Amino acid sequence: MTDVVVEARGVIKNFGTLHVLKGIDLTIRRGEVTCIIGPSGSGKSTFLRCINQLESLDGGYIIVAGEPVGVKLKNGRVEAQSNVESARSRENIGMVFQSFNLFPHMTVLENICEAPIRVKKENRAIVRKRALTLLDRVGLVSKAQTYPAALSGGQQQRVAIARALAMEPRLMLFDEPTSALDPELVGEVLDVMRGLADAGMTMVVVTHEMGFAREVGDHLIFMDEGLVIEHGNPRTVLNSPAHDRTKQFLAKVL
Amino acid sequence: MSATTNESSSDVASGDGIDRTLLLGRPHRRHGLQWLTAGIVLFVIFMVAYSLVTNPRFEWDVVFGWFASERLFSGLIRTLELTAISMVVGILVGIILALARLAPNFVIAGVASFFVWFFRGVPVFVQLLFWGFIAAIYPRISLGIPFGPEFFSVDANVLITPFLAAILGLGLNEGAYMSEIVRAGLLSVNRGQTEAAKALGMRRLTILWRIVLPQAMKVIIPPTGNQTISMLKTTSLVSVLAFPELLYSAQLVYSANFKTIPLLIAASLWYLLVTSVLSLGQYYIERHYNRGSGKQQKKSILTRFMTKARSQTLTPGEQP
Repeated sequence: MTDVVVEARGVIKNFGTLHVLKGIDLTIRRGEVTCIIGPSGSGKSTFLRCINQLESLDGGYIIVAGEPVGVKLKNGRVEAQSNVESARSRENIGMVFQSFNLFPHMTVLENICEAPIRVKKENRAIVRKRALTLLDRVGLVSKAQTYPAALSGGQQQRVAIARALAMEPRLMLFDEPTSALDPELVGEVLDVMRGLADAGMTMVVVTHEMGFAREVGDHLIFMDEGLVIEHGNPRTVLNSPAHDRTKQFLAKVL
Repeated sequence: MSATTNESSSDVASGDGIDRTLLLGRPHRRHGLQWLTAGIVLFVIFMVAYSLVTNPRFEWDVVFGWFASERLFSGLIRTLELTAISMVVGILVGIILALARLAPNFVIAGVASFFVWFFRGVPVFVQLLFWGFIAAIYPRISLGIPFGPEFFSVDANVLITPFLAAILGLGLNEGAYMSEIVRAGLLSVNRGQTEAAKALGMRRLTILWRIVLPQAMKVIIPPTGNQTISMLKTTSLVSVLAFPELLYSAQLVYSANFKTIPLLIAASLWYLLVTSVLSLGQYYIERHYNRGSGKQQKKSILTRFMTKARSQTLTPGEQP
């Protein structure tokens, strides 16, 4: 069981009276790329945000790398984590957002170095070297001293990926990483993600890019109205979906 | 109908009487009215300047005699001290109040809102008087266990000097206004910034200090600069506490020599000089906090005037 990175069981999330997640079960093993597709409002982004506690759970549990998310077991009871404990558990989970969310007042290099230096208290020179290696990997070494506003959307997203990788996470979450990009910039971001998958990173990707899901994904999950409707090999799900709702969704997007 | 693929300016076959070749030229601008208004304004300025120079009651020799005097200068130093300390107190109180008002604990948020309501609602002049007369309300100020023994007790008139009364009055009042400015700044930062920082494992204080506050500064700095300039002038109210800042120093002089107007002018010139320097400082601080936004700082009137003058000496079509 040691190679299970994410174990989610019966995950429930409500926003007031709105039931966003109605019991999600999911297991993700080390090195796997899991793509989540589904119509907007299906709860796929919310589920992703539950994994690193940007949303709290209203039911069920998630275990990431052997640690329960948001809670701790103490004297045979479940207790909520403190803010500091929550922050510590997020260190192992990288996240990439639809809207990049780079820090606009810092250069590209500062964006990448900030968390390793401030959170992990790592040596500046070592972090800087690692940051430049990561920038090289996403093809943006020449932009190290640039501010995010001067970069294209695709470049910003590649920096955001490098920033998340700088914390050396065990798991990477991608929340519609290419949805805010102009069509001609999608490819460069997907290439970086493909390289990351090839390098063996465990990834959960909420996406509308069916091509990426088909070629890179090990698993494809179709969610609708807060439930996992279909789960399987990407080719199988995309080519011959078993459920009517999956068929209807794919007919619209493919 | 033939397709209009071969459009050109000479194609005036539409018969609407509009000469396309003329439309291609840039419109001719008329400056007559601008010259007229500028002339009238310049004439008014000349008249004012003329009266300033020729009216003997301004007593310019007295103004400049006292302007650089030791007494006004020491008053100016006290005004600057008051301004700086009150602003520091105001900013600190403002940050604490802003954070308190955004706190999830509604008792804390409520108390902070009450503080702001009270200190914004009572005129600062009245607040200064209250602090000045604090001994009438609390003759002795003590430190100890509530309803228990006292460790330390002091006469309020000894502890709350006019200087401290001024700092308390100005600083707490300023804190109420600064809290609104800081709160607006904190709220102006995109939620995604906090989420991205959280996702990187950053602690709450680090997020506030490294991510949110620096971005909020862009919104906080300009009004804070205005508040500082405003504070410099508000310190003149402290003259009512008989604290010899700039205005009260001038008043002390003219109450002895009856040169009221020249001394008020001398004090005003100092206020003008310092506010000008502060405005310049604000420009550079704003430029610092705008880095990374890709936005050009708005040019000052002087720079705009110079650029325009230069571009007008170039021949049309040439790029400056």
